[in-house]
Amino acid sequence: MSMLRNVTSGLRSLFRKKRVSKELDEELNGFLEMAAEEKVKEGLSPREALRAVHLERGNLEVTKEEVRKAGWESLVETVWQDLRYATRQLRANPPFTAAALFSLALGIGANTAIFQLIDAVRLRTLPVRNPQEIARVAIDHRGGRSGSFSSRYPDLTFAMWEQIREHQQGFSEVFAWGPNVFNIAPGGEVHNVQGLWVSGEFFETLGVQPALGRLLSPRDDQPGCGSPAVTISYSFWQREFGGERSVLDRTLTINRQPFRIVGVTPPNFTGVEVGRYFDLAAPLCSEPLVNGEYSQLKKRSDWWLSVMGRLNPGWSVERAAAQLRAISPALFEATLPPEFNPSNAKHFLQYKLAAVAADSGISDLRKDYEYPLWLLLGLAGLVLLIASANLANLMLARASTREREIGVRLALGAGHGRLVRQLLAESLLLALIGAALGAFLARNLGQLLVASLSTEQDPLFVDLGMDWRMLAFTTGLAVLTCILFGLAPALRATNVPPGVVLKESSRGTTAGRSRFGLRRVLVVSQIALSLTLLVGALLFVRSLNNLAGLDAGFRQNGILVVDIDFAPLNMPQDARIAFANNLLQRVRAVPGVEAAALATIVPLSGNGINHDILWGQTGEPEGDAPVALFNIVSPGYFDTLQTKILSGRDFNDHDTAGSPKAAIVDEAFAKQFAKGANPVGMTFRVRTLQTTRLYEIIGLARNSKYSDLREDFQPIVYTAKAQYEKPGTDAQILVRSRDGLIGITTAIRNTAVEVNPNMDIAFSSLRTTIEDGLLRDRLMARLSGFFAVLAVLLAVIGLYGVMSYMVAQRRNEIAIRMALGADPASIVKLVMQESGTLLLAGLAIGTVIALEGGRAARAMLFGLRPGDPLTLGTALLSLSFVALLASLLPAERASRHDPMIALRNE
Amino acid sequence: MVDKPSDLVQGTLDMLILKTLALQPMHGYGIAVRLEQMSQGVFRVNAGSLFVAFQRLQRAGLIKGEWKATENSRRAKYYALTEQGRKRLNSETRQWGRQVAAIARILEAS
Repeated sequence: MSMLRNVTSGLRSLFRKKRVSKELDEELNGFLEMAAEEKVKEGLSPREALRAVHLERGNLEVTKEEVRKAGWESLVETVWQDLRYATRQLRANPPFTAAALFSLALGIGANTAIFQLIDAVRLRTLPVRNPQEIARVAIDHRGGRSGSFSSRYPDLTFAMWEQIREHQQGFSEVFAWGPNVFNIAPGGEVHNVQGLWVSGEFFETLGVQPALGRLLSPRDDQPGCGSPAVTISYSFWQREFGGERSVLDRTLTINRQPFRIVGVTPPNFTGVEVGRYFDLAAPLCSEPLVNGEYSQLKKRSDWWLSVMGRLNPGWSVERAAAQLRAISPALFEATLPPEFNPSNAKHFLQYKLAAVAADSGISDLRKDYEYPLWLLLGLAGLVLLIASANLANLMLARASTREREIGVRLALGAGHGRLVRQLLAESLLLALIGAALGAFLARNLGQLLVASLSTEQDPLFVDLGMDWRMLAFTTGLAVLTCILFGLAPALRATNVPPGVVLKESSRGTTAGRSRFGLRRVLVVSQIALSLTLLVGALLFVRSLNNLAGLDAGFRQNGILVVDIDFAPLNMPQDARIAFANNLLQRVRAVPGVEAAALATIVPLSGNGINHDILWGQTGEPEGDAPVALFNIVSPGYFDTLQTKILSGRDFNDHDTAGSPKAAIVDEAFAKQFAKGANPVGMTFRVRTLQTTRLYEIIGLARNSKYSDLREDFQPIVYTAKAQYEKPGTDAQILVRSRDGLIGITTAIRNTAVEVNPNMDIAFSSLRTTIEDGLLRDRLMARLSGFFAVLAVLLAVIGLYGVMSYMVAQRRNEIAIRMALGADPASIVKLVMQESGTLLLAGLAIGTVIALEGGRAARAMLFGLRPGDPLTLGTALLSLSFVALLASLLPAERASRHDPMIALRNE
Repeated sequence: MVDKPSDLVQGTLDMLILKTLALQPMHGYGIAVRLEQMSQGVFRVNAGSLFVAFQRLQRAGLIKGEWKATENSRRAKYYALTEQGRKRLNSETRQWGRQVAAIARILEAS
């Protein structure tokens, strides 16, 4: 109540200032007169009476001031005055204001954009009911697991999920889910969308409410499934159905199987995976319908699900984890895959379940991008520091031109604190406008960043909404920069004895050593920091070049990957190899195709197979057997990818199901197992979960990268497609072509349709797949490069400003030197010496920072180390070059001054 | 009795103003004179502190001001205690009494 009265009364004083002030006048005058009357009664003359009252009661003007100052509104008033004054000052100098706002907006914008991503990917909690109660159940395992892994989070198998649902006690509800890609085309060319397998409890547990219709419930997820239901996401609803309400009556197909659409999820819900979105959520029970013979539901060695749950009231994550641990032995006993050999089974039975908090969802992006983002935030922070130093420099320059004004005001009795406040108001105003522009810029930059990380195969969605953290971060930055660039100049400007300033003529005192010193320090630190950024950027750019230019051991350009799925043809297993070979022959006959081959694994696609290798014909290794990577290929694979066969031969038509098993190995394999000898003719055994088979090495191929460009060459075994016992229902054909990939794509599609129009077909380019794998490196190179250019630009402008200023300050001295016979060259030398000193100091400090700070980037660099001398040298040289160029301009200007003009000016 | 008028104990001015107004509404000068009279000249309040205190008390809702004519038919702003002000005065008086008694006990003990 009294708070409200205080506010309204204060507001009244603010907005009805005249009236309030008049009232106070009247009241005080009354007071004065009454007091004076009293004195007159005591026998004083009216004049004496007034004087006496003044003496006794204090000066009434002062009283008025005191009363006015006592309310909070007076503070508002002075701040308002200061801001208006600041606005006038800024408007009076458009170039300065524009430059300041531009650099601030860029600096703050870049920082905010990156922080925004960190916030969205790392800090935010899930948009579900009470997210702090959500936890993830997974195996607490060190070392490997055996089996087949799919989806981004292959935590558990379906059998385990059933057991967990049955026996856990720590959660009020649990659910299983797994991301997947769903083909919703009714046939022909594949139309993939982002899908989720979810158990019936998914939406209920998370507490998500439908935007339309209903969401999946345990009723939809019963064994057998009947005619399955599907829930679609809000964005998919808008995109594919234009937000029509009639969508509830429609069906759609996943892998040609019909699904009824029963509801739409709310717009803000994009799943429990941060950084991704989903289009469709289908019940787990429908998985066998969709995946057919590849169904993972009943396979106990297929890992494809992630389990999460909502903790019971009063249960901590630790307590739930302990309970899960306690039921682990029985659980893994019950879910042991029957095909496991004794050594695999022993491992398996030792697994323990655990629970971890998942209030901010789960994300594989975090692993890849969290550290780079923090590093980028650091780099962006340096840019902002440089921008602040630049601004401080500009403010100092302005302060020196306003020295006389400030001196006069100090002499007239202006309060020191008030003047500092006024100057700070100017900085604050700049910082706030800069921050507002920056926040606007950040939104667009953030979206651009996400878009640049998103690929067709792996689309991302990051919710970049504003939240309190973002707001606090941006405001914090604004205030911090304001203090950084505003406080020192303000204190300095008001710290001059007014007498000195007024006595000095037009020259001002800023020429004094100590005052000019601060500006030098600023320029030196700008150069140092921008060198650091430049070195960082060059490191990332060179690292990216190393990766992109790397010899992966196979041809990357002009290779088309054709994936044909003939599952709809329901072909028996023994006809599949012949069918795939037939397809291959037809593709080879397409005009423009130079070579083509079948391969189960496309190199660097992220997929892989590995098996234990037992060297020789007999004998068991002690402990764990060494493993090698596998690819199952047709004849012509090495020719298609132009990987040289160094010794022995390629597979040919004589390698058939009936002939002895043949293998081609790479150099890394030969080095590890044959100890460097030519392995052709040697034998080894491959142990899988079910069987152990003998292979003879028929060829030695050059090393190839398998799953990642950064990895060392790994031992790889190629086996013949024709000898593969369990051929699947798809043919992955690698095609090398001399023509563009687009024309040949159409021709191959037509060929496939000729063979059978009911097959699903998808195309991708090997080069694109590989480039998508370098996304993070490209991001680092681009952004750090951008920051470095910005930093160098700012630093060079700073240096130019200081040198110009120095030349202007020393005009008289230079004029006298020239009048006494110094030639222009010596004047240039004088100025260049000065800037050279600053530059050297900056470079020396910058080198130390760059060498120290470079360690933070070590893990992300490929093919070079943080202290790489060539990189450092390039950075030093190029920065020196532009810096010297920037100071040459003022130097040259100084040497062309007519000394007489300068001297007459005195 | 002290020779020179002394300063008020910090924070007591508000309470004294409230006490002064407990009997009847008064204008500023009246309050000042009354304070001096009641203290028998010990306290002399300068106009600055007095008017700042008026503003403070008004904003706290403890007193309210109204323009009226004085007995000498001059216009003056009369301050009157509000209900809230009366309550505050009572509670502060009680508290003051307790504090004074406590201080007295301490001083006598030594």
